[in-house]
Amino acid sequence: MTDRASAPTGASPAIHTVGLAKRYGSQVALAGLTMTVPRGLVFGFLGPNGAGKTTAVKLLLGLARPTSGEGLVLGAPVGDVAVRGRVGYLPELFRYQGWMRAREVLGLHLRLGHQPRPTWAAAIDDALRTVGLAGRGDDRVQTFSKGMQQRLGLAVALIGRPELVVLDEPTSALDPVGRHDVRQVIRRLRDRGTAVFLNSHLLTEVEQVCDRVAVIDRGRVVGEGPLATLLGGGAVRVRCTGLEAGALERLQAFGPASAADGWLAWAGLDHERVPDLVARLVAEGARVYQVDVTQTTLEERFLQLLAPS
Amino acid sequence: MSATWTITRLTWHELVRRRLVLALLICTVGVIGLTGWGFAKVPGLHDHGQRLTPGEIRVIAAQLLILVMFMFSFVLALTCAFLAAPAIAGDWESGVALALLARPLRRGELLCGRWLGLALPAVAYTALAVALEFGVARWTTGYVPRQPVVAVAALAAEGLVLLTLTLALSTRLATVTAAVIAVVGFGAMWMGGIAGAFGQVFHNGAISTVGTVTHLLLPTDGMWRAATFALEPRLFAAQAAAHAGAGAFEAASGPTPAYLAFVGAWALGVLGLAWVSLRGREP
Ligand SMILES: Nc1ncnc2c1ncn2[C@@H]1O[C@H](COP(=O)(O)OP(=O)(O)OP(=O)(O)O)[C@@H](O)[C@H]1O
Ligand SMILES: [Mg+2]
Repeated sequence: MTDRASAPTGASPAIHTVGLAKRYGSQVALAGLTMTVPRGLVFGFLGPNGAGKTTAVKLLLGLARPTSGEGLVLGAPVGDVAVRGRVGYLPELFRYQGWMRAREVLGLHLRLGHQPRPTWAAAIDDALRTVGLAGRGDDRVQTFSKGMQQRLGLAVALIGRPELVVLDEPTSALDPVGRHDVRQVIRRLRDRGTAVFLNSHLLTEVEQVCDRVAVIDRGRVVGEGPLATLLGGGAVRVRCTGLEAGALERLQAFGPASAADGWLAWAGLDHERVPDLVARLVAEGARVYQVDVTQTTLEERFLQLLAPS
Repeated sequence: MSATWTITRLTWHELVRRRLVLALLICTVGVIGLTGWGFAKVPGLHDHGQRLTPGEIRVIAAQLLILVMFMFSFVLALTCAFLAAPAIAGDWESGVALALLARPLRRGELLCGRWLGLALPAVAYTALAVALEFGVARWTTGYVPRQPVVAVAALAAEGLVLLTLTLALSTRLATVTAAVIAVVGFGAMWMGGIAGAFGQVFHNGAISTVGTVTHLLLPTDGMWRAATFALEPRLFAAQAAAHAGAGAFEAASGPTPAYLAFVGAWALGVLGLAWVSLRGREP
């Protein structure tokens, strides 16, 4: 059994799954997720509505049981109870006991996470400050606005110094300032070595903070890798004249070119190769008037990946 | 500190914070005051211009106390049902369960924590309220039930039986549904118990069986009968047995040890089913 999920030697990855699948009756929520999330990185988990992102998170946290497949979270099999003390989680549907004060909610989670009591007060203050709720700690959760409740949820996910933080659409209720704050929080988590699993369909957000990305659609991974690799360079457009017949064939090394309205275009070309391309064009006798280099956005790549194959 | 105890404390804090404990205590003190006023009138009653004999006072006081206790047991059962119905279902409906269960908290710990967090206050409340009522009855009429401690235990057990059932229902059903089923079940068992008693009086096997099945299915009425027996005066039971009058508010005998053991096993069994049910439920 070579593809069994087993703990690699040394530090185990934050998440490692092999064929993790979940069916609800005849509805396939996750068709077989195989991926590895290294430690200390921000991992973006993208997909359209209903792709199975939340389902994957629930399986990883042991909230739902997989129909088949297996997975390891921080080296422990999914569903392991003890490991959840080292994982922070902000659910997509963030709801906390309305009758409690914000501090009490955080205290409850510290208690359930077996954190030593003397550290609580400082940890709670720190978490509240980090999410911008300093000064509201003694207010009842039911008096919080939706965005404040999501901030509290983020605090719950951060508290107790988890080794892995799973955020399921952490900015769905936040204002632009809040979104910015969340990105800061995520970067700070990475800086202190915490792995972040970020579930989102806000591509610009993912683009700004994620080191690695997986795109899933209809329950299966359709693209995975470091953000730069996944985007695969950009597009180059060159406006030029005087190119000899057959010259385009000799430029095959740069990939297939398309010509339209006096422009030649190459897709998926690495930045570093643009000067070479221009040099070759000139060598082939072309007169170059304009060169446009555009970086493929995650959105373009995302839509490409999701296009029905 | 164990996760179970954390949930127990959480449950208790919620009861306090939602002012349920305060409301219940105020209502109870009010009702006990009212019944005390009623009890105080008994010794001064006249029958054809004659003062009542101590024996008559005792019988009237006993009847009154059983009636008051029946009312109490009814309120206790409903309170237990209404507290237990949202105890698990509420977490699922609100989504709080997602955050809670993502912590090192087993489903069994959540269940036991909730059960303890409701059962301990229910038992304490029963002991307090019933002891107070007994004290008032004794102070005003001099009446002391046959087995006061047993009566408290039986009343508490009646509440716990319904609490356990409702909590089990709460692991699968919506809050309202669980509460409605528990209350209907409680009412049905009460009527089944009366039917069974009539069956015995008229020596009708089929109707007696209804009572027996009732007491096995959901032992609320069985525990109420045990409480009634403990609440009666010492001589009353003998009289009752003599004319075999076992209506809604009389019992000719106490529960057998086998039945008590059965009730304990019933509660454990229902909790076990609740655990299986909760384990299979995903937030
Ligand atoms: N409890 C459930 N019962 C039945 N089907 C479910 C359940 N949970 C999820 N599904 C189905 O599984 C699929 C994936 O759902 P999931 O919530 O994982 O999507 P998602 O990627 O998180 O979407 P979104 O971006 O909208 O949050 C959907 O088709 C959904 O209908
Ligand atoms: Mg989702």
